[in-house]
Amino acid sequence: MGLIGKSVLRKEAWEKVTGTARYTADYPATDSLHAKIVVSPYAHAVIKGIQTSKAKEVFGVRAIITGEQFPLTGEEIRDRPVLAKDKVRHYGEAVALVVADTPQQAKRAAELIEVEYEPLPVVHSPTAALMPNSPLVHEQLGRYKREERVYPEPGTNVANRTKIRKGSMERGWNLAEVTVEERFSFSPSDHAAMETRCSTAEILPDGKVYIMTSSQAPFMAKRLINEYFGVDIGKIVVETPFVGGAYGGKASIQLELLAFIASMAVGGRKVRLLNIREQDMLTSPCHIGLDATVKLGSTRDGKIQAAELLFLFDGGAYSDKGADLSRAAAVDCTGPYGIENVWCDSLCVYTNHPYAAPFRGFSHSELLFAVERTMDVLADKLGMDRLQLRYINAIRPGDTTPTQVKLNNSNVGNLPGCIDRLKQMINWEEGMIQDLGNGKIRVKGVSCIWKTSTIESDAGSGVILTFNRDGSINLISGVIEIGTGTKTVLAQILAETLKMDIRMVHVQMKVNTQSTPEHWKTVASRGTFMAGRAVLAAAEDVIKQLKSTASCVLRAQPDDLEVGYGKIFLRDEPDIHLDIKDVAYGYVYSNGNAIGGQIIGRGHYNLRRLTYMDKETGAGKPGPEWSVGAQAVEIEFDKKHLTYRIVRAFSAVDIGTVLNEKAARGQVMGAMSMGLAFGGRETFVFDKWGRVLNPQLRTYRPLRYGEHPEYHVSFVVTPQLDAAYGARGAGEHGLMGMPAALGNALSLAAGVKLNELPLIPEQIWKMKQKEGYSHADL
Amino acid sequence: MITARLTVNGEQREVAFRPSATLLFVLREKLGLTGAKPGCLNGDCGACTVNVNGTAMKSCLMLAVEGLNQTILTIEGLKDSPVQHAFIEHFAFQCGYCTPGFIMNINSLLKKYPEADDYTIKEFLSSNICRCTGYQEIEKAVKSLLKMNREDRAGLQQDV
Repeated sequence: MGLIGKSVLRKEAWEKVTGTARYTADYPATDSLHAKIVVSPYAHAVIKGIQTSKAKEVFGVRAIITGEQFPLTGEEIRDRPVLAKDKVRHYGEAVALVVADTPQQAKRAAELIEVEYEPLPVVHSPTAALMPNSPLVHEQLGRYKREERVYPEPGTNVANRTKIRKGSMERGWNLAEVTVEERFSFSPSDHAAMETRCSTAEILPDGKVYIMTSSQAPFMAKRLINEYFGVDIGKIVVETPFVGGAYGGKASIQLELLAFIASMAVGGRKVRLLNIREQDMLTSPCHIGLDATVKLGSTRDGKIQAAELLFLFDGGAYSDKGADLSRAAAVDCTGPYGIENVWCDSLCVYTNHPYAAPFRGFSHSELLFAVERTMDVLADKLGMDRLQLRYINAIRPGDTTPTQVKLNNSNVGNLPGCIDRLKQMINWEEGMIQDLGNGKIRVKGVSCIWKTSTIESDAGSGVILTFNRDGSINLISGVIEIGTGTKTVLAQILAETLKMDIRMVHVQMKVNTQSTPEHWKTVASRGTFMAGRAVLAAAEDVIKQLKSTASCVLRAQPDDLEVGYGKIFLRDEPDIHLDIKDVAYGYVYSNGNAIGGQIIGRGHYNLRRLTYMDKETGAGKPGPEWSVGAQAVEIEFDKKHLTYRIVRAFSAVDIGTVLNEKAARGQVMGAMSMGLAFGGRETFVFDKWGRVLNPQLRTYRPLRYGEHPEYHVSFVVTPQLDAAYGARGAGEHGLMGMPAALGNALSLAAGVKLNELPLIPEQIWKMKQKEGYSHADL
Repeated sequence: MITARLTVNGEQREVAFRPSATLLFVLREKLGLTGAKPGCLNGDCGACTVNVNGTAMKSCLMLAVEGLNQTILTIEGLKDSPVQHAFIEHFAFQCGYCTPGFIMNINSLLKKYPEADDYTIKEFLSSNICRCTGYQEIEKAVKSLLKMNREDRAGLQQDV
């Protein structure tokens, strides 16, 4: 049908441009009460007492909830109370919850709740958290329930440690003729999705729990409410309509739990909890920070022989997904390079910062900032071209990853090809610096990327196809439409496989955990891969059923039949055929006899042959395939004022077969934009008490229209053999190299090592100051 | 509570609301017009943008009472417009949450400045945030409409 690669318009396009696309907070709330969270003004403090008497007097208040009676929560370590109990561990932590008839009443009452605190010393960074005299964020760490393969260190602030031990470091350092070592640091920041999180909860008299939530993981919400609160899993129904941006932030289960306890407190009545922006940034989980040390050793001709990496992730007050993020960073710790001797310790460390959710790239843009900046330092020390150094060491089929997975032509993309493509795109031969006069220069910075997706080894995805009487198909998948267009791509895969008109594919956008087959979580660039395989399986199922019914009517073996173009026909005599619409609901003979019935296709795909990692060496296969790419940023730098403008940004990425050209470009460009914002300007600004000073979009500033560079995206195509039509993950990769490429361009432009984020002019000025720079030098 | 009539999308709607209610709150919670989105509730993000007498306004920064005797147009009142078509063709949205605000902003821009230059476009559109796209698609969508405008006028002049 030629649908693969076509820029098919999005299935939900008209809903989204007419305001009819509904997000969680758009569903009428006339039958619901409203909840408001009271949050902590301290980063670390003992709760001495909570006075609710004044708040209770506010008209319309139905319940006030404090943290006494609830179980601890957390995906890997149960370290987080739903509402703070005994002490608060980060600024903005939920301390109490008010339920009232209207949002205004709930807000008024929340303001009247008086909490008495006794401040404690604050843990400001993961490095400080590991000092011998650091206060403990969790005194009871050893007593928490936890998953088997997470390794907290009780008596310290270490929530998890993942070790990579590959090859022999002694051998590696012996072979190394040139070594470099760099340190990096950046604070937590935020996803800042335009839709703030929203959850509603209702508990029926027979115990059924109905949740609607803006989430990437409704099936996980269902599972965790079962685990935490003991509700029968079959009685929990979670619905997710359109989600207004997520970027990993909505993969953590948090607001759902608050809405659930709010409903419990009012006898099961429906309660809506809609985050205000400030609480969406501070109370709900954020984007992880990192302190890192990277040491590389290479021969004089640029072959890297040893890599020693220490990642101290700033997991914040609770480990939630931070433990997993730090593990994923260990898996790909070297960046996309074939290195024989690797030592890495990747830690998730507790601090008194807001805690971390996944963030697009799942720790990769973070670790790659450290590794790719160090690559430039190494290239300079070797006197070698920066892309040449990367080319020499680029990961290739036959190499092994840090966790000792052997790579082949299918499970890794073509990085040398991406580097070659990037060189053409950025006209690398003209040099990295051009003097524009007026004290301004144009400078290029580069970086390389890779990522596998380390989700649960048994994660799966299911698809159901039901026919309508006209032969059109309803496509039902558990993938959430968070903006990636995945459900349109699934429709393309289906239409291509059944050789049908894509207009005859109707995609159900909303997910309901009772009637939609499970897709583990809409994360990790796995939607198209896992659900795509499920669509292929469901399409095969449908074909089999169509042929079975048609074989009776046409008096031919099913094997002699073909399906396509709205028909089931004899392979060698296509004129002998049935229209699919006449079989889709069963075939009726002229005398009234009927055979078959509505055709319902089902398909499923589970990840296979993934393994846990060895505790001591990290050896194991935690992910199925690696997408790779090479990226660049071109800036215009003012040498006097240390200000800059991002002029152009480039990506040469291998995402395998491109299924929808414009949608794929949109994913890559959007991710690049987010990466430039993260690298260039976004951070939580903490004061000395650990308070966040900028939890609003006027002080925490994402890129706005007009601040965007020109984007250039090019695809290198190495199909992944076991993916639907050979497509690799694509949702995250555009982001991953942007902070490093920007850091590399600015370090070159300013003539000073810039190893901290965000890269605002003030940061550049500070680093220049350290090196004795003054305006008199100009 | 006060009861008043608001003119929204060409219809007179009678509605009761608190005097302190914002236009955004009344549109969404009283009139069921949820196309305008809450994103920040203090004018930072532009997701709640509507047109008031043809001017792009952030409905979270305006009281509903200020909307009396004004002509209010929300995304629900925009039918089959060139902006909507351009957004679809240029893939100028992903999650779609900021989209109604952007479209209403652009709708006002095109009416006021059919030949807007880059500076004017930026002046208008920098008041909205899109977190999914890199803005390049939105830029293309807007510029395709300006181009259409130019071609329309050129055509008109030839006709004359």
